[in-house]
Amino acid sequence: MLDDFLVRAALAGLGVAVAAAPLGVFVVWRRMSYFGEATAHAAVLGVALALGFSLPMMPAILIVALVMARLVSQLAGRGHAMDTLLGVAAHSSLAAGLVAVALLPEVRLDPMGYLFGDILAVTRGDLAVIWGGAALVLALVCWRWQALLTATLSPDLAYASGLDPRREDLILTLSLAIVVAVAIKVVGVLLIGAMLVIPAAAARPLVRTPEAMALGAGLVGAVAALGGLGGAFVLDTPTGPTIVCAAALIFAVTLTLSRLRRG
Amino acid sequence: MTSPLIEAQDLRVDLDGRNVLHGVSLAVAPGEIITIVGPNGSGKSSLLRALVGAIPPARGKVVRTPGLRIGYVPQKLSIDPTLPLTVNRFLSLPHRIPPARAAEALEQAGATGLGARQMTQLSGGQFQRVLLARALLGTPQVLMLDEATQGLDQPGAAAFYHRIEEIRRTLGCAIVMVSHDLHVVMAASDRVVCVNGHVCCEGTPEIVASAPEYQALFGTGTKGTLALYRHEHSHHHHHDHPHDHAHDHVPAAAEKTH
Repeated sequence: MLDDFLVRAALAGLGVAVAAAPLGVFVVWRRMSYFGEATAHAAVLGVALALGFSLPMMPAILIVALVMARLVSQLAGRGHAMDTLLGVAAHSSLAAGLVAVALLPEVRLDPMGYLFGDILAVTRGDLAVIWGGAALVLALVCWRWQALLTATLSPDLAYASGLDPRREDLILTLSLAIVVAVAIKVVGVLLIGAMLVIPAAAARPLVRTPEAMALGAGLVGAVAALGGLGGAFVLDTPTGPTIVCAAALIFAVTLTLSRLRRG
Repeated sequence: MTSPLIEAQDLRVDLDGRNVLHGVSLAVAPGEIITIVGPNGSGKSSLLRALVGAIPPARGKVVRTPGLRIGYVPQKLSIDPTLPLTVNRFLSLPHRIPPARAAEALEQAGATGLGARQMTQLSGGQFQRVLLARALLGTPQVLMLDEATQGLDQPGAAAFYHRIEEIRRTLGCAIVMVSHDLHVVMAASDRVVCVNGHVCCEGTPEIVASAPEYQALFGTGTKGTLALYRHEHSHHHHHDHPHDHAHDHVPAAAEKTH
């Protein structure tokens, strides 16, 4: 069954939906969507490093994403203007990564594959990485769920309950790096942020609890992944962007539904 | 004498590299009501947050009884509208509690029946009472309230403080509050600590109100109300009826506004 590239693509898309949902809700609640962008864009630097020094691709991406996420959250904690800082970090890391890839002498690499993903070229090995990463993110977020929610509401409330919100921030940072490494092959660095934010935002009008929103985000992500894959096949369009378009379409539908219901 | 629940020793607090508090020593004994007053930017909220453990001391230390249960009501809590959260779900953070326990805490805090509502749809007063209910859940040994009556009108604030005294009576917990509602709060306090970067003066409400340091900070504007309060107080003269005090106090507070 796994021999069929479409089956592998579908499984990869589902894996990304599962990995992105539990983290995506926190990205939305904490208003850190640009944080996801900056981390994802830094992944191109990871690609360049891996190619330049013949390192394994996934660990290189993971480490660069982790360093970037840590760096940005540390700087933000010291009172720098978050918005500007993230803008600088996101765009310059993407640009530097593209320049670095171009400078590598013996590599003829089309960066498009990393920018927009190449879900149809997913191998069995990629699938193992994607689902392994998804399982890890799920486990991390489920384990710390109550503490993460408390720290998201208010760091002071977390402290008063004997929790350390900085530790919870670290869990999110780590999860974000994993999601980036997992999703790069499926939707590409430019659209990872979209897979974090859009499914969560699409689930929001339909739910009344945080858990329902995370589940809903997973569901929306899964439908978007499969629908986008099918759509790309029929319309002969690039798969990553088509998946994101499908998610955006669902967002528009749930938003309209909730507006109508409210009258 | 019983050992204090929390004790700040020669505490110094810096925020963003700026010193906001220095040389503060303060002990919270079981069951007492302490009010921290001070002008804006005096560091009174920072003092409370340092006692809670939300800000690390730059110098000195904060000693808490091991395993101390703190109920904390923060000054403000802004919940992002993208976060769907019912009152009951909020009460189950960070520890899951059975619905019956949630209902009980809501009743204690005067928020009966709000359990199924979304947090973002509560009025200011309801929100404060839900925060109080959450703080009560762990049967705290000390309840910490930071400007808990912000956004309430004066009768509302008086009712809130009346509730606090009732909670102290039933739970026997110590209470530390930060406030600017000087006259209403001071009526309910065992001890008032006046803070302005350091502890200016402290003692019973009467002592603090007549202290020159306090009057230098707040003027004598509240003196009339306090005199009125003291007058009422001496008439009743039994400390186990804070309910009456709080009510007696409302007209005085209302008079003060114009």
